[in-house]
Amino acid sequence: MDSSRTRIVLDDSDIVRAIRRVAHEIVESAKGADDLVLLGIPTRGVALAERIAVAIAEIEGKSVPTGALDITLYRDDLRLRPARALEPTSIPPEGIDDRIVVLVDDVLFSGRTVRAALDALNDIGRPRAVRLAVLVDRGHRELPIRPDFVGKNLPTAVGEQVRVNLREVDGTDSVTINEGASQ
Amino acid sequence: MKHLLSAADLDREQAITILDTAGELAALTDRSVKKLPTLRGRTVVNLFFEDSTRTRISFEVAAKRLSADVINFAAKGSSVSKGESLKDTALTLEAMGADAVVIRHNLSGAPHRLATAGWIGGSVVNAGDGTHEHPTQALLDAFTMRKHLRGGSGDLEGVRVGIVGDVLHSRVARSNVLLLRTLGAHVTLVAPPTLLPLGVETWPCDVSYDIDSVLPRLDAIMMLRVQGERMHDAYFPSALEYSRLYGLDSSRMSKLPDHAVILHPGPMNRGMEISADVADSPRSLMVEQVANGVSVRMAVLYLLLGGMKEND
Amino acid sequence: MPIVLRGARPYGEDAVDLVIADGVIVEIAPVGSATGDVLDCTDLVALPGFVDLHTHLREPGREDAETVESGSRAAALGGYTCVHAMANTSPVADTAGVVEQVWRLGERTGLVDVRPVGAVTVGLAGERMAEIGAMAHSEAQVRVFSDDGKCVHDAALMRRALEYVKAFDGVVAQHAQEPRLTENAQMNEGVLSGQLGLTGWPAVAEEAIIARDVLLAQHVDSRLHVCHVSTAGSVEVIRWAKGRGVKVTAEVCPHHLILTEDLVASYDPIYKVNPPLRTSVDIDALRAALADGTIDAIATDHAPHPHEDKDCEWGAAAFGMLGLETAFSIALKTMIEPGLLDWRGLADRMSVAPARIGGVREQGHSLEVGSIANIALVDPQARRVISSENLASKSRNTPYASMELPGAVVHVLYGGNVTVRDGALA
Repeated sequence: MDSSRTRIVLDDSDIVRAIRRVAHEIVESAKGADDLVLLGIPTRGVALAERIAVAIAEIEGKSVPTGALDITLYRDDLRLRPARALEPTSIPPEGIDDRIVVLVDDVLFSGRTVRAALDALNDIGRPRAVRLAVLVDRGHRELPIRPDFVGKNLPTAVGEQVRVNLREVDGTDSVTINEGASQ
Repeated sequence: MKHLLSAADLDREQAITILDTAGELAALTDRSVKKLPTLRGRTVVNLFFEDSTRTRISFEVAAKRLSADVINFAAKGSSVSKGESLKDTALTLEAMGADAVVIRHNLSGAPHRLATAGWIGGSVVNAGDGTHEHPTQALLDAFTMRKHLRGGSGDLEGVRVGIVGDVLHSRVARSNVLLLRTLGAHVTLVAPPTLLPLGVETWPCDVSYDIDSVLPRLDAIMMLRVQGERMHDAYFPSALEYSRLYGLDSSRMSKLPDHAVILHPGPMNRGMEISADVADSPRSLMVEQVANGVSVRMAVLYLLLGGMKEND
Repeated sequence: MPIVLRGARPYGEDAVDLVIADGVIVEIAPVGSATGDVLDCTDLVALPGFVDLHTHLREPGREDAETVESGSRAAALGGYTCVHAMANTSPVADTAGVVEQVWRLGERTGLVDVRPVGAVTVGLAGERMAEIGAMAHSEAQVRVFSDDGKCVHDAALMRRALEYVKAFDGVVAQHAQEPRLTENAQMNEGVLSGQLGLTGWPAVAEEAIIARDVLLAQHVDSRLHVCHVSTAGSVEVIRWAKGRGVKVTAEVCPHHLILTEDLVASYDPIYKVNPPLRTSVDIDALRAALADGTIDAIATDHAPHPHEDKDCEWGAAAFGMLGLETAFSIALKTMIEPGLLDWRGLADRMSVAPARIGGVREQGHSLEVGSIANIALVDPQARRVISSENLASKSRNTPYASMELPGAVVHVLYGGNVTVRDGALA
């Protein structure tokens, strides 16, 4: 990556604050933590979901079931790009029926990933409600999808690259934007 | 990678990708809604020139769980009867818009020919050709061994596998030797000399004529089907002698290490290469092999139709 | 008016004018001195017209693959002036009637001397001797008898056939293939056949029959010819037999001098042939044996097959490959260019020896005054890329398609008449 054209938009403490705020909003919206299930979309959504769960536990004093939902097999671009290896899907033993499922992803862009996640969810069970939490919303939606909880709204040009780094995956916490890079 | 014709087509990384993918798919299809939308709108043809209900059903279930349209095409080989030629059949399938052709053929090399002769544009999956190869069987065997011996991840480095029986006529043995080697396992072929191909000493494995000396060192043993008719061609004197010298019965099973597992590609000849009590013992993984076959074939169809990364 | 082959180099030696009249060479004159109908042969090597001991013309019965006429064209373009038409037609050439029919078709076409080979056994079934005498005494004057495609595997029958043909100085040309060792055989037996899962055709199946037959030939003091020798072991057996004075001759096919079994890994039936393609060790032994005379002749085993018999699975495909139009180029590439044979040696292996083995008195003459003018004029400097599309054969199953090969046949004279001029039928 050409570092001169890359700038940091969130640093580690920004990310900590954003996650804490999202956790508060989720609890408020669900009127508690009782029926919540957090499902992260691999790879970084899973780490984010776990951090949000920790934050909720600090607020509410009780743990929230978390899991991972791989959406690879539900993508609509299988004919356009090479097949990739699957990421694990793990649904908490409590299941998702009649619960409030919060999908967690790092960046919301076209909305196609979330569309695939809704389909995947549909094959697993019937939640009472599905919410969407993202660390960064960078705009440019191609589907009628909007987030319920956003860490940071980040206006971008289509050609820019937004990258979320998380300690668990990348060894560091930051959100960067690369202005010149093409998709 | 477009076709799967031989286990030798797969490098270590690709083989592990298939096994990992199969592992995830196995978990997904454990749930109540087994179907995935992945191959919606794609057409998979099961082109079977040889009867094999088990393999055909396995591929059919795999394709259907991925929402592909499945066409079963039972054909007669051009050499056997005056049926339609492979070429004309292929052109017909091409006209129907087959995205993948799963082919079982009594003649070695037929899938290779189908993939390379320019008759069709789709992917070709070898579902067993003559006495050549059966790569998805090797994948499901490796998947099963990995699950029991290596916790379901990584490769099979250091795993000791014995493959016993009619290696000469076995496509399962050929594919397994190639794939197990790629995954780092150590294979020993065990058979009477008449049932080993010329030049087997150049294969990447050991060879033994004595099953009893091999058993105590194995982590897995795979018994190959031995057709009783072979004795008419003087490969061995009698079914009884074969079974005494090379069959797996309970006394031989007791010589295996406690952790060792038993595999068989099926269909079994109970009383010939494997005794009934061994076949039904909890160490025998035949039923699980069948289930794993579906997951592995789903993974192969998904990765091939999605265009898995090329071999370098 | 006489024909003048201006500037031809007999056996690659000094250029001369070869003057042809009334079907024979009448004068060998200094370049530019002779007058007549001049054919420019500058830089061309003159050789006696090639004689093929092993050609499948497919007529009668499989005219979709080849006819006597189309095969004759292919032969002439390949520099041949004589071919031996194998007996495995339908009906089989096991009676005087069939061999005379083939012979007459050859005469009518008039491009090469078509010598029918008679079957050794009725219907090539290996059970009863065919009417060998009747064929020998027919208009076709058959001298070579072969069940080619099948082996005369019954030792007693083989012995009787060897004895019987002595009456008219005939020869039994054996397709050496032990049948039980080669049931459903698809390719050379070795490491590769094991990997490819194709039933092996072991070298011993050829060598064991040759060993038996040379001993039989010695025992009854008769002539044996071994068709398409393909293994190093066969060469050793034949060398041993010749050393003991056995009247055995042998041929090798062009493809066995250049192609190896590795090609089978493509499963492309264009490489399916019987005997199968072997290993580079065998190739080296066969070339050496052809060079030292252990193997007497190059024979094409030209085996045309319609496209559908090759455009299929390996196991369902027919055995055989075309050879007439490429044999000279392969001989040039494998024997002349590496220095294993000189031009006189090549003339012997492709003309003189096969004519002698086949008992064809009109062929294989040396290039001298008084010889019948069966002459091939070849350009060793030419290079051509083989295409299956522009062959004279009715079939397309050449294994050399898109290969670049040296040499070209430029002009051919058969019995004093120009059959090929500038690489095309005259």
